[in-house]
Amino acid sequence: MATDEHLDVRGLSCPQPVMLLKNALGSHTVFPLTVLTDSKVAVENMKRLLQSMKLQCQVTEQHGGFIITVTKEV
Amino acid sequence: MVYTGGDNLDKKRILISGLLLGFLGVVLVRFGNPANMGVCVACFVRDVAGGLGFHRAAPVQYLRPEISGFILGSFIIALITGEFRTRGGSSPLLRFFMGMAVMIGALVFLGCPLRMVLRLAAGDFNALVGLGGFVFGIYIGVQFLRHGFTLGRSVVQGEANGLVLPAASLVLLGLVAAAPVFIYFSESGPGAARAPLLISLAAGLLIGVTVQRSRLCQAGCFRDLLLIGDTYLLYGSLGIFLAALVANLAFGYFTLGFSGQPVAHTDGLWNFIGLAVVGLGATLLGGCPLRQTVMAGEGDADAGMVILGLLFGAAVAHNFGLAASPAGVSLAGKTGVLVAAAFLVAVGTAFSLPEIRRLRKGGVTYGH
Repeated sequence: MATDEHLDVRGLSCPQPVMLLKNALGSHTVFPLTVLTDSKVAVENMKRLLQSMKLQCQVTEQHGGFIITVTKEV
Repeated sequence: MVYTGGDNLDKKRILISGLLLGFLGVVLVRFGNPANMGVCVACFVRDVAGGLGFHRAAPVQYLRPEISGFILGSFIIALITGEFRTRGGSSPLLRFFMGMAVMIGALVFLGCPLRMVLRLAAGDFNALVGLGGFVFGIYIGVQFLRHGFTLGRSVVQGEANGLVLPAASLVLLGLVAAAPVFIYFSESGPGAARAPLLISLAAGLLIGVTVQRSRLCQAGCFRDLLLIGDTYLLYGSLGIFLAALVANLAFGYFTLGFSGQPVAHTDGLWNFIGLAVVGLGATLLGGCPLRQTVMAGEGDADAGMVILGLLFGAAVAHNFGLAASPAGVSLAGKTGVLVAAAFLVAVGTAFSLPEIRRLRKGGVTYGH
């Protein structure tokens, strides 16, 4: 089954965005991983998780939503 | 923007917002609010229900300006920071009834998680039993989350949906200030203990603003710890406890023990079950009652439905004698809180089931 390296957590309540991101990050994860969210709180929570997992991310704001691009250390 | 760490939203910010909340929670008692109840979302929404005449429990009727303050403070700061965003449509009707269940649990314990911490910080050991129940309820909720529980996605809605609750908060403020004949004011009991209106409102607004900024949430604090080992939100609850403890000691409000605690009962089992229901409900709803008021101010119409559910639950709890009193929990209250628990477990199971079925089939469970 083809894994799409993108995760859509728009409209989900806490803590589902962070949980889904955590579940998406495993040994088989293809980087960069793109996450779509519409919540600032979800962005902050996911950034905290990525920081604790020593992963880097780039956040871009688009149409009132956010795109997080997760990359492994450079 | 590349984030490599050192996020500006650090633990200091949430600690400070917790400290402020705990401090104001005791200072408001000094100004006249009920003992160990400087701020309490469940108790104050219940008082609002009484003030509007939705229930006729004479000692708990007052349109608490703090509640309007929480919602409006969050609303104003969300407008300023551009975080105001109207959204909704994630099982609104269910959220209403879940809010009702949370209120019944809170009124059997006699307080929301916020008051639980304030009671703890005043030496009330019954709150420690309640804390055990709260964590237990969150633990159950976390199991549902692990099995894929979700109430569904919210979507962006027309702005009017997000403006309703802030507008209603303004109306409540107008009513409490004008005091027309159809608005109830307790003449004795907790509802008669009230800080001056402007002080209550100012404290409410300040709390609304700071909690919106820090994302403080008392259900989230244990949920994140159990689920992903994140301690960020824990600092908020610690802040509330520390500041309230110091303030209670300074003002002489601190009394250690189980019996004789203000607006509390000593029935441990039901204190435990009451807050377990709150913990479970708040975890499934994505936030504690305080967080729900803040999200409602940010334009979350689903959180708005939870607030209305709390309001309705308070009316039901007092009309049918479910709410506890310092004398203890009535048979109706015990039955009611067990029904609330069963309802929440049913909701949790129903919304986790599709995911459990998929797991049994061995399919991919996330990322659709």
